Amino acid sequence: MAEYVLEMKNICKEFPGVKALDCVNLHLRAGTIHALMGENGAGKSTLMKCLFGIYNPNGGEIFLNGEKTEIPDAKTALKKGISMIHQELYPVRQRTVMDNFWLGRYPKKKVGPLQVIDEKMMKKETQRIFDDLGIDIDPAAIAGSLSVSQLQLIEIAKAVSHHSHIIVMDEPTSSLTDDEVEHLFAIIDKLKKRNVAMIYISHKMEEILRISDEVTIMRDGKYIGTWNAKDLTTDKIISKMVGRDMTQRFPERTHAVGEVVLRAEELTSIHPKSFRDVSFELRRGEVLGVGGLVGAQRTEVIEALFGLRHMSKGKIFINDKEVAIRSPRDAKKHKIALLTEERRATGIFPILSVLDNTAVAHLTHYLNKFHLIDDKKRKTDASEHIKKMNIKTPSFNTLIQSLSGGNQQKVLVARWLLTDPDILLLDEPTRGIDVGAKYEIYMIINNLVEQGKSVIMISSEMPELIGMSDRIMVMSNGVLTGIVDKQDATEEKIMTLAAEGLK
Amino acid sequence: MNEKVKYFMAHNAMYVILIVMILAIAIYEPNFISGTTFRDIMIQSSTRMIIAFGAALILITAGCDLAAGRIVGLAAVISASMLQDPGYSRLFFPDLGQNPMSLAVPIIIAVFACVLVGTLSGILVAKFYVPPFIATLGMMLVAYGANSIYFDMTPNNSQPIGGLRADFTQIGSGSLNLFGLQIPIIVLIALAFIVFAYFLFNKTVLGKNMFAIGGNPQAAVVSGINVAGSLILLYAIAGGLYGVGGILEAARTGGATNNYGMGYEFDAISACVVGGVSLAGGVGTVKGIVAGVLIFSVINYALTFIGLSPYWQLIVKGCIIIVAVAIDIRNYIAKK
Repeated sequence: MAEYVLEMKNICKEFPGVKALDCVNLHLRAGTIHALMGENGAGKSTLMKCLFGIYNPNGGEIFLNGEKTEIPDAKTALKKGISMIHQELYPVRQRTVMDNFWLGRYPKKKVGPLQVIDEKMMKKETQRIFDDLGIDIDPAAIAGSLSVSQLQLIEIAKAVSHHSHIIVMDEPTSSLTDDEVEHLFAIIDKLKKRNVAMIYISHKMEEILRISDEVTIMRDGKYIGTWNAKDLTTDKIISKMVGRDMTQRFPERTHAVGEVVLRAEELTSIHPKSFRDVSFELRRGEVLGVGGLVGAQRTEVIEALFGLRHMSKGKIFINDKEVAIRSPRDAKKHKIALLTEERRATGIFPILSVLDNTAVAHLTHYLNKFHLIDDKKRKTDASEHIKKMNIKTPSFNTLIQSLSGGNQQKVLVARWLLTDPDILLLDEPTRGIDVGAKYEIYMIINNLVEQGKSVIMISSEMPELIGMSDRIMVMSNGVLTGIVDKQDATEEKIMTLAAEGLK
Repeated sequence: MNEKVKYFMAHNAMYVILIVMILAIAIYEPNFISGTTFRDIMIQSSTRMIIAFGAALILITAGCDLAAGRIVGLAAVISASMLQDPGYSRLFFPDLGQNPMSLAVPIIIAVFACVLVGTLSGILVAKFYVPPFIATLGMMLVAYGANSIYFDMTPNNSQPIGGLRADFTQIGSGSLNLFGLQIPIIVLIALAFIVFAYFLFNKTVLGKNMFAIGGNPQAAVVSGINVAGSLILLYAIAGGLYGVGGILEAARTGGATNNYGMGYEFDAISACVVGGVSLAGGVGTVKGIVAGVLIFSVINYALTFIGLSPYWQLIVKGCIIIVAVAIDIRNYIAKK
């Protein structure tokens, strides 16, 4: 038995104009959890795609159990016992759990001269593996009706059913609640005891330090090193990832908050299971954090403020005047901006340029006397914001999909700043972006509130919520369970409030 | 109870519409309910059914096959050209002689030609990434052009092909006596294809892959499915199904011209869509497609039966497609 189940040696991968991986190494021992860390764009996903046969590396060698191996495609990877749980899950939403589970390898049986799919066996095997792992999902349910965490558990079960001895998990907890994370960890522990090796990609330091045995860190496509997890701390990891010491994770603010600019009274959704009787105030120059578990209906409240969701009851006052916001157009008129939670699904226009993405919410502003778009003005405005935001892009004609997550997010912030809003609604503004870009987003938020704008920020990351907010309103199961001032805010207090509605 | 009724209505809307339509017409014109009507509708549905299954294969992969109708015409002309009665005055192949060839030969040649056209569309879509709409638009023109050149060959010179052999037309208009009932052969063939489609959709790897590719192409790739191969095979099978439809059209009507099958792709797509096949891909059932085809046949037959002008019939059909999809789409868009 070789010392390592997997060795990736000097892996290089070049894309036109970019060296995505520069001689990267990875050594994985059986029955361990190996964290792979680095900022977005550091090359973690690229490395894993090379392992899984989605990309073919330009150089380097892969050894499985000490034997040199070629992995030209995903099918080979699966056959050799490597499974990957992708960051963006790929279910076929219209089909059943079972169909998804056996996709690409349906069990067959002979009926006379014909080879047909053995549905009975599909169901039995799915159920057996689910039971084995303690997963409570009906194999006949339609995939589209399940939550992200359920889909994720199915993916893991799928890896188990492939008899994989190497499982790659790319940010598996990014959209899970704490309970769901615990469930996932329990399953990971089970797999570990069965001698499965796992590569675990995550941005969450606490998680990494808790579950992983070894940590490999990458930066800018380069291999930085591998350490035992017990020798590391959050600060050490961050400084290795960023390449400089992070003395301060959240920048300071000193200005005082002003008068009430927005007041919400008894906001209630048309759906009985969504939010109800939510009342709060937002002050000038304030960051109001919104905490809670996934499913607390925080996004729904914020989207209702922006006119995206329908309410059966509730009043919104802006500067003490009642306003009717029934659509995003109304919201824009009242100088409200929304940065949505799902950047890819509802934020960017992937195949449009950075310029088009920046200016899209503000086009009417650039009409000349013939009611045609004044391109010069549009370009000056956009490039000014691109510079101010420190957006890293080759030019503003670059397609936004080729930028990193952090830079895409900054483009979206720029989009809304062009409309000169007074109130910014930010829904998980730093989700899935790297530490450096996070800091820049925090700086931008601080700048905005210092200019007298007001921010409502949903965040599922406790340190960020506490570090950035002046006050934190906590929601649980559709109701507002409390508002905590910054100086009184502790993780325990917020968690208690967040769990209150579940009793 | 009320909830149950609602659920039933939402998930079986097409069948309810079909039954209500038949009842309404029966009240207006009691003669409508008769064995002859039933038989005629079944016969009319038969070829449409087979063509609709072909169209459905492509729709479920999130594609769209505009070439269907012209491939039907191609098969009709090829099969008819070789299956004329030697005693007929205007023969496509005068030199074919007095000894008739086996029925199977022309039928296989016609189906093969159609499979070839389908395969080409498939290769364009799967290997060259030409959007299905464009690939099949192009193949529609190519198929029609090729068919017309063939049809225009001397001595036929674009004359309608007639005088088809009795053993061939028998397939389209004959009946078999089963359990004391005269069942049209063409209906039996259609039934066989319903069984075929059911197996293809539900019991084969290709069928499952078809839903996966249409539902989420990335998922298909990541699961190690041969996406390009599956697509090409599906387009080829669809081509074959149109071919069978075309041959049956020739047998049923006893002739063929190069304009046979014109616009059938829209009938087929309409029937699929009314039967719940999603244009966005990944969704569709054999049961639904059968209902969709029957609904259109009933509409056609009934509107003619009550004497509505063909122009008004178009308007009614157009409205039914739109209403059916508008109702169906409500199942998917929920108010936020």
